[in-house]
Amino acid sequence: MSVFGVFYLALIIAMLVADFQFANWSDMSSLLADERVRFSIWLSLISCTIAAILSLWVAIPTGFLLARLGSESMTQRLGQQSPGCHRLFNWARYFIDTLLDIPIVLPPLVVGISLLVLFQTSAGRWLDQRTGELFASLGYAGIRGITYEIPAVILAQFTVAAAFAVRTMRNTFEQIDDRPERVALTLGASHYQAFSMVALPQAWRGIVAAFTLAWARSLGEFGPILIFAGTARMKTEVLSTTVYLNFQFGNLRGAVSASLILVTLAIVVLILTRLLTLGGSSKKGVIV
Amino acid sequence: MISVQQLLLRQGDFELSQISFEIPLNSYAILMGATGSGKTTLLESICGLRTISGGKIWIDGDEITRTPPAQRQIGYVPQDSSLFPTMKVHRQIAFGMEVRGFSQAERGQRVEELASSLDITEILDRYPRGLSGGERQRVALARALSFRPRLLCLDEPLSALDDGTRSNLTRLLKKIQQSESVTVLHITHNVEEGIELGTVHFRLDKGQVRSVGCEDSSDKNTARTL
Repeated sequence: MSVFGVFYLALIIAMLVADFQFANWSDMSSLLADERVRFSIWLSLISCTIAAILSLWVAIPTGFLLARLGSESMTQRLGQQSPGCHRLFNWARYFIDTLLDIPIVLPPLVVGISLLVLFQTSAGRWLDQRTGELFASLGYAGIRGITYEIPAVILAQFTVAAAFAVRTMRNTFEQIDDRPERVALTLGASHYQAFSMVALPQAWRGIVAAFTLAWARSLGEFGPILIFAGTARMKTEVLSTTVYLNFQFGNLRGAVSASLILVTLAIVVLILTRLLTLGGSSKKGVIV
Repeated sequence: MISVQQLLLRQGDFELSQISFEIPLNSYAILMGATGSGKTTLLESICGLRTISGGKIWIDGDEITRTPPAQRQIGYVPQDSSLFPTMKVHRQIAFGMEVRGFSQAERGQRVEELASSLDITEILDRYPRGLSGGERQRVALARALSFRPRLLCLDEPLSALDDGTRSNLTRLLKKIQQSESVTVLHITHNVEEGIELGTVHFRLDKGQVRSVGCEDSSDKNTARTL
């Protein structure tokens, strides 16, 4: 490992040690005694879990399609039929690929502003209103729509987290040999059966990795939530905004204590992922 | 009768053109040819895994040129066996029947029957990981035969096996082909294997398939032409 690598590891450890030294247990316990902070912890846990599930729902089929459409067998099939069609197909694939990178490379505040502007359009306002009506009919009259409400928190987290989940699932499926799926087709399986019965069970470690990555990314999301959901206490406040609010009000110890809760949750998730995916390799079979 | 007429397949600079041959029903056809001559490509085209640019393919009088692989009733055993890594052996074998809607009783009976014929009853409850090369090929063979295909395509199924296992499997293939009354198209590099198993022999050379012998030819003549 290079000297710079060692320096970087030392920097991460030093930051964590400094945080733990700065905040003491009484700061932490007084923070946890605050009902508003407990609300933000619960909202973080619930919203991150929903955002991660939604991300997987999008990432598994999208990652599979991107991986298989770029596979050698598909390239051969299209190449045989028409070189023109092949070129168009490749162009479309690169376009979709680039599009999926946008939420990753955009500054978080821009994602938030874009979401906010989207829900100012007539279609966005219509969806906002219908969502409010849906929640009212379900007995959650407190949620009046999407913007500046809990759904905005989840949507902001999902928008960024899904892009990471798609990348993970695409890499996972790219490393799974597609030949068994092709054999499954000759055995009488439909494309969906070949996917769900042959490819998907091989990808379970990748699914766990994508879920935890999406969950952890959602937990750390701040910019889009700040813009699109606001920082209303007991309403749209999540842990990352708790850090921000405490810092804004000059409560540095409170901000560091909230940060430590975030750090602890992130470490727990990372350890769980490592344990669940232990034994995964880049070889054929089960992949991370 | 399996009939391939004027098959045309292009893949970059590689081309198979005007490929025509016929395999009589319930015969054991051997296809030989140099490495890179397109044997696997041809086999995959017959199975429906590659789209052909021209020509026609028939099985028992039914044209299957544009039929999806799932509806061709062709069993396929690739060179590397391509077993499903997350399925136990008994489920692998039953897979073709499961997706075709066979009842559980039918599936169980057929799995037992094939496992007994192919001597893999002991490994039915195991995952593919850890199976020997010979065991993997027997499982792949049982899986391909499970739904009683009209044609069985074997892509060098014995090439990666040691001499003893190869010799056992060669005998087993002959026995299975007769007991299942299935037409077989078998790719191999091994002349002895071809002579021992084949009732009709083809050679793929310079993008053309030619018949080089049948059961009534003497072994010496067939060996010479292969």
